[in-house]
Amino acid sequence: MTPDDMTQSIDEPPVPTGAANGRPRAGVVRARAAAGTRLTDLFSALPWIGPALILIFGVVLFPAVVMIYNSTRDISLSGIDKGSVGFENYETLFAFAPLGGIMVRTVIWVFAVVTIAVLASLALAQFLNKAFPGRQIVRMAVLIPWAASVVMTTLVVYYGLEGYIGIINKFLVDINLIDAPYGWTKNATSAFVWSIGIAVFVSLPFTTYTILAGLATVPADVLEAAKMDGAGRIRTYVAIVLPQLRGALSVAVLINIINVFNSLPILKIMTGSIPGYDADTVMTMIFKYIQNEHKIDVASALSVIAFLIVVVIVAIYVKLVKPMKEL
Amino acid sequence: MTVIEQAPIRARRRRFTADQVPLRTMLLRMLAGAVVLAIFVIPYLIMFFGSVKSKSEIRSVNPTYFPTAWRWENYLTMWSTPETPLVQNLVSTIIIAVFATLLVLLVALPAAYYTARAHFPGRMVFMFLVIVTQMLQPAVLTSGLFRQFSFFGISDTWLAMILINAAFNLSFAVWIMHSFFAGVPKEIDEAAQIDGAGRLAVLFRINLPLVWPGIVTAIVFTFVACWNEFAASLVIMSTAGNQPLAVALTKFVGQYETSWHYVFGVSVVAIIPVVVLFMLIEKRLIGGLTAGSVK
Repeated sequence: MTPDDMTQSIDEPPVPTGAANGRPRAGVVRARAAAGTRLTDLFSALPWIGPALILIFGVVLFPAVVMIYNSTRDISLSGIDKGSVGFENYETLFAFAPLGGIMVRTVIWVFAVVTIAVLASLALAQFLNKAFPGRQIVRMAVLIPWAASVVMTTLVVYYGLEGYIGIINKFLVDINLIDAPYGWTKNATSAFVWSIGIAVFVSLPFTTYTILAGLATVPADVLEAAKMDGAGRIRTYVAIVLPQLRGALSVAVLINIINVFNSLPILKIMTGSIPGYDADTVMTMIFKYIQNEHKIDVASALSVIAFLIVVVIVAIYVKLVKPMKEL
Repeated sequence: MTVIEQAPIRARRRRFTADQVPLRTMLLRMLAGAVVLAIFVIPYLIMFFGSVKSKSEIRSVNPTYFPTAWRWENYLTMWSTPETPLVQNLVSTIIIAVFATLLVLLVALPAAYYTARAHFPGRMVFMFLVIVTQMLQPAVLTSGLFRQFSFFGISDTWLAMILINAAFNLSFAVWIMHSFFAGVPKEIDEAAQIDGAGRLAVLFRINLPLVWPGIVTAIVFTFVACWNEFAASLVIMSTAGNQPLAVALTKFVGQYETSWHYVFGVSVVAIIPVVVLFMLIEKRLIGGLTAGSVK
């Protein structure tokens, strides 16, 4: 759907309003009457959608405006607004030396997590789509990281990786992968790599279930026909299953990009106590500005940049997935 | 002899499998299934075993996989740990999640019903707004939310987190319930209206029983998301007692001697109810949540 299609479908209500009766030049009176009913229709809709509009505007969209406004203000450590500073907060931000590394790390973070999660989920969904005794139990187990708090899942891994007391360290020593327990969470790089692993783990359920929903749309008779024609498994998968999964995959990839970009708890717990900014992404940096440095103005500037990135991803989602087409 | 014995066994086994899958393949699948099961369950088993270890055992430099002595009393003693007021944290989590879910239901239900039934001007604009806000999360807007709620003097209150959780989960609820309402034929509504039922009566008496699965899905999703919310609570809830469990538990990290057995005990208590809720709607996750409607 192009942006033009979008505006068109919004402007044109699905119910014919008089332009469809073949007489192009309808009287002014009738047009006015139509406008009148449109307005009454809108008013009668308000009691039903009004509360939702208030919540969306008051708690989702207005804070965005507040944030953009604050990014141009000088706000003291105690939170007092000392007036406008133009783009000074953005200048402070861009003068902040580790920002380049943070940006690069954000891209690595999102790319690595989403790629690994989607590839693993493709395999997992393919497997969970096959019949075997106990499949339902396995499917239920896959759900657990989706429902469980990401904070709590991360905490158990953090504990497991603790230098001497951690159980993952013990396991790695027991299977002779490492000689002695290692303080994985004391080092920015190893903590970051483990964080990617956790993020993949908690992304698997959603991604797998989305792909499973896609697999359910692959017609069984087409698969049967391919089998009769002597097409091999890989050929069948590439030629028939994957094209059918396009919709589910674009949903999975884009929603994952947004979720992983917005993810705070994993890196905050795994790398939060490491001094410096060698394991930070845009999102953890925003919270370091808010919580550790109490610079809500610079935090707002970085949030505005993050917000713009999210808006771009949402636009791609709307264009690619076309969620409005079934309305 | 062996040949004679094997043949009937194979034939009998085959009857129990789905579509002439060889027994060997089936066993391999079950083995792979067991591996997948282990991967997804083990982190939570570590959590559970840790929760019944004693403090000296979980802090031992030579850790054991299984508890040597099962300290079930941890589940009683953990609530009075000095790091954070866990009872208040639990109460906070419950109140915020319950009231945010109720608010979502109260606000999303009429919107979902009306947008599925009436073609009013601006309907597409409204649904577009719903889709866009569905993709937004509190984390990216936290600095704005914090300033706004501070300005209105409700920062660090249950009300603030109820509003935030409700607002950010509203869109998904509208979207999923909308698709369920859209599946109910309009004629049913019209027939009821001819019989003299008002719009509200039609919604509650005729539609609700039909779209019940969609409402349950929306409730479960919203409740679980509110239960686990972290980023906004971290900044908005500054008083220890007001913080939900997800935020409170992070305070144990970096302590001189972290009481991991308590962290895991609380985690087990917090995770089990939401996992059970999610398993209730498992069927709907595959069938019902198609393109664009899953968060």
